[in-house]
Amino acid sequence: MAQVRPGVFVHVGALEDWAPADGGDVANLGFIVGSRCVAVVDTGGTPGVGQALLAAIERTTPLPVCYVINTHAHPDHVLGNVAFTDVTLPTPRFVASAAFARTLGAREPYYLNALRRDFGIPASAATIVYPTIGVAKTLDLDLGDRILSLRAWPTAHTDNDLTVLDLRTRTLFASDLLFVQHLPVLDGSLRGWMAVMADLRRLDVATVVPGHGPASNDWPAVMDAQAAYLGGLLRDTRAAIKSQLTIQQAIERIGVPPGTTWVLTDRFHRRNVTAAFAELEWEDDVPVPPAAPPSAGSSGLGSRGGSG
Amino acid sequence: MHNATRSFAAGALLFFALWAGARAEIMSGDNPEASPVWQKVRASLFQSRPISTASDDVMSFEVPLRAEDAAIVPIAIKTRFPQTPTRYVQKVYVIIDNNPSPISAIFQFTELSGRADIETRVRIDEYTHIRAIAETNDGQLHMVTRFLKAAGGCSAPPGKDAQAALATLGRMKFRVEGDAAGAPAGVSASKAPGNQPLLAQLMISHPNNSGLAMDQVSRLFTPAHFVRQVRVTYGGQLVMSADVDFSISENPNFRFYFLPRGDGELRAEVVDSNDLRFESSLNYRRFD
Repeated sequence: MAQVRPGVFVHVGALEDWAPADGGDVANLGFIVGSRCVAVVDTGGTPGVGQALLAAIERTTPLPVCYVINTHAHPDHVLGNVAFTDVTLPTPRFVASAAFARTLGAREPYYLNALRRDFGIPASAATIVYPTIGVAKTLDLDLGDRILSLRAWPTAHTDNDLTVLDLRTRTLFASDLLFVQHLPVLDGSLRGWMAVMADLRRLDVATVVPGHGPASNDWPAVMDAQAAYLGGLLRDTRAAIKSQLTIQQAIERIGVPPGTTWVLTDRFHRRNVTAAFAELEWEDDVPVPPAAPPSAGSSGLGSRGGSG
Repeated sequence: MHNATRSFAAGALLFFALWAGARAEIMSGDNPEASPVWQKVRASLFQSRPISTASDDVMSFEVPLRAEDAAIVPIAIKTRFPQTPTRYVQKVYVIIDNNPSPISAIFQFTELSGRADIETRVRIDEYTHIRAIAETNDGQLHMVTRFLKAAGGCSAPPGKDAQAALATLGRMKFRVEGDAAGAPAGVSASKAPGNQPLLAQLMISHPNNSGLAMDQVSRLFTPAHFVRQVRVTYGGQLVMSADVDFSISENPNFRFYFLPRGDGELRAEVVDSNDLRFESSLNYRRFD
């Protein structure tokens, strides 16, 4: 753990995919210490990573953990939650975006399966800990002389991204809305992410902790590389769709930009093209004007109705 | 057709029960015949009929080595001979052994398909064998089997934005590839010779929910809601039909051929598991 600002501690995960090679310890985790209690931001990719985080907190402060915040429902960020439900501890409140529970619920069987199959961890439904507080838009948490400002975002990296801003030190936990060095991974909406980045830039931030990669004081310039990659992905995928390539052809032809310094491009770039294509192929869906002839059904006039 | 629909539904129910067992098993990639799910599917769909390994002059089956995104895995089945009155492919089955409902799609073609090719996108739950089986009009069965590695990391078969998917449910996009510029509004036209099969693409905005996920807010399972049948006609005659389920990705997407015999209407009718019906059509015209 490194103290990036007074009372703000960060553990930088390995720049790898969520897999047993790194013990699932691939996401950035953190905790913030107030005068009354501690808030945790993400808990790691296995229950063991969560235990290690809890031990680090206990070495740092005698104060209890009052909030466990999940920035989004990906396994590398949430599967350590269960470590904070130990009956010998005061139970913290679990906080996430209001959209988090639905998304994690849909994915839970697959993440549990991966824990068992790939990590050999005997996971059960009890391994998955859901939030007790859902944030629809914003929520302030008071740790004692320290306010955290939480904000849930429209669909971007995922459909349940949440950022945490420590107002005292202007430290932003950007969740996976910001990747540094680790290739950005698209699991939500590319257009939504571009829009959210534009909003993020306006935040007054001194230190930013990305979801993956080292913390930085170079805000918002630290986001430029991600903006360039995602902008290129948007441009290239739109061009592929316009020239009527199939999704498979687009995956094969849209390469990473030459001279890229991102890591994990082999693992995630093709996936990003896949998701971008499936999103953007719908975007030229211009409504047909009422005056159009009935034969224009191909342009989205598909009728809808139910026969019960 | 109705028989096919019924047997498909029965198959889906039968194999739903096998899901838990199939998921626990990690397929090694070798000996695809030994897959217990496949043996059940085979007995249900084909009884003891012989199934040959499809040679390259019959069919190819394009599947990536690994599911990059578990929710969207593009697959393409390409048959290697034209549909003629004497020899044509009448059905193509897609079986994904370790998905919750392995019988993922049954496509039906006719002489008017021109080619019995199909491209779509599927969800992959687990390391699995995936099979394409073509049935010709003389009743012969030809199979290609591939092994597909599951996606790693945070990728999962459900969609990326549940609320957005519901908001646009039922919207469709339908087009013929290679539309000629300058065609009149509302008319899809090409300069392709009239005796050549043309490629069409049908996109259906639909969440295609499996019904297997619990909503942690309501503590109820999100009801299954998926596209179950697609029928495409040209000039009123069947070109392609598909009996499908939630193994098909969110926003089902199909690319297939039809043989335009004169100007006519290409029409798609879609029915989902709630008996919602969606239609889209386009007028096709040769354009000289």
